Amino acid sequence: MVIAAVNTEKSQKTNIEMESKMQINDNLTLKAEARNLNFFYGENKALKNINMPIYDKKVTALIGPSGCGKSTYLRSFNRMHDLYPGNRYEGEIRFFPDNTNLLSSDVDPIEVRMRIGMVFQKPNPFPKSIFENVAFGLRVRGENNKRVLDDKVEHALKGAAIWDEVKDRLPELASNLSGGQQQRLCIARALATDPELLLFDEPTSALDPIATGAIEELVHELKKRVTILIVTHNMQQAARVSDYTAYMYLGEMIEFGKTDEIFIKPQDKRTEDYITGRMG
Amino acid sequence: MNESQHLSSQFDEELSRLRTHVLQMGGLVETQVSSAIEAYSTGEIASVKSIVDADHKVNELEKAIDDDCAHIIAKRQPTASDLRLILGISKIVTDLERAGDEAKKIAKGVRRIYENGHVPSQFGIGVRHLAEAAIVMVRQALDAFARLDTDLARSVIRADTEVDTEFKSIIRQLITHMMEDPRTITTSIDIITIARAVERIGDHAKNISEQVIFIVEGRDVRHTGKEGSK
Repeated sequence: MVIAAVNTEKSQKTNIEMESKMQINDNLTLKAEARNLNFFYGENKALKNINMPIYDKKVTALIGPSGCGKSTYLRSFNRMHDLYPGNRYEGEIRFFPDNTNLLSSDVDPIEVRMRIGMVFQKPNPFPKSIFENVAFGLRVRGENNKRVLDDKVEHALKGAAIWDEVKDRLPELASNLSGGQQQRLCIARALATDPELLLFDEPTSALDPIATGAIEELVHELKKRVTILIVTHNMQQAARVSDYTAYMYLGEMIEFGKTDEIFIKPQDKRTEDYITGRMG
Repeated sequence: MNESQHLSSQFDEELSRLRTHVLQMGGLVETQVSSAIEAYSTGEIASVKSIVDADHKVNELEKAIDDDCAHIIAKRQPTASDLRLILGISKIVTDLERAGDEAKKIAKGVRRIYENGHVPSQFGIGVRHLAEAAIVMVRQALDAFARLDTDLARSVIRADTEVDTEFKSIIRQLITHMMEDPRTITTSIDIITIARAVERIGDHAKNISEQVIFIVEGRDVRHTGKEGSK
């Protein structure tokens, strides 16, 4: 892999280049890692032997054509598949620093979801007020101090670039918001509980370019304190927001590398065809 | 380099049109350079005007190609090999335009020499030889671009070292010549200007070849010394 090569690649590099690469190398710690991960929807094998690191406080983007398994992979992280019978995992997803196997039957999916937040493709607010949607996770954790709740809700709503639009209507039902607003509310809801890893499943596909820009800016801010795994169909978005990119095709991980390298010089022809728009 | 087609056939057309324009521009510059050298050898200073005029066309093409590059970037957000092609082309046209300027310098130098009733001395033959090597470099660099042939591009990069060495030797000879016979100084300085322009044309051909390697392999071989030609 690219990173591993950096240490040995001492000759012919200018100091600046070396320094910047070493820096990236030094700061990298694993937040999670898929090891020989297979996943089955009944008989259908949707993920085929995925091995992939997720680096701490970095944004990793999953790209690939529809049906390639990127959402399936993303959902494995918070055990979403447990909700349906017949689904089966093989292999493991290690979660650090405690080195837990997220897929182990000893691990409570509820515990997992406390540490790993998720934002879905379609907005799914609770049938509650705007305020209560965001405060929900905090209340579940036992936070009842009104001032703390007010602060955290405001902070999360600002973070999700929706505060200005909802600050005067916090008690209103969330379902009164437009689709785009509801999605941003869901992002605020996920942010409110300070998760360690945030899963985004095409979070901006329903947002206009301005709101999308705000979310991307937010992702950039968020990675200072949280690790992010994002599925996106918008390749420019992957290029803009992520540090690492993985290209998946037909349930396989075809290529994983630094985003800059994937988008300028991918190693695999299949990645190249996909990102340059040559694939049907 | 990826030769399969895009989902958008329009994008394919835009890229192919862009490449055609670069080759068209390259053809013009190549003609400029060889006509300038021809004028140097034969004293046909009538062609100088057409060389200078061709420069306007070259400049216009440079602007048009850069404009097309900007439009493609804005509309298509190219990535990977497409991105490298656009970036490479944008640099290649700069080098082509500058090579055209050098041809213009040669033409003007030739006019000065012959209008003053001088003919290039015996050392002028060295310049002719140097120029032939530079013209081959330009032609091969353009072929390398057209066929995305990195072997050819690397041989152009290697050839530049020989041109540089030959240029230095011409300068040494001219200096000796000027010391021996100060009356030749004016003409010698013009010849030096011409030789210098030829040597620069070789450099531009080398730069173009480096871009071809970048476009095809994604490797930046600029400023890597001999390594780039390996």
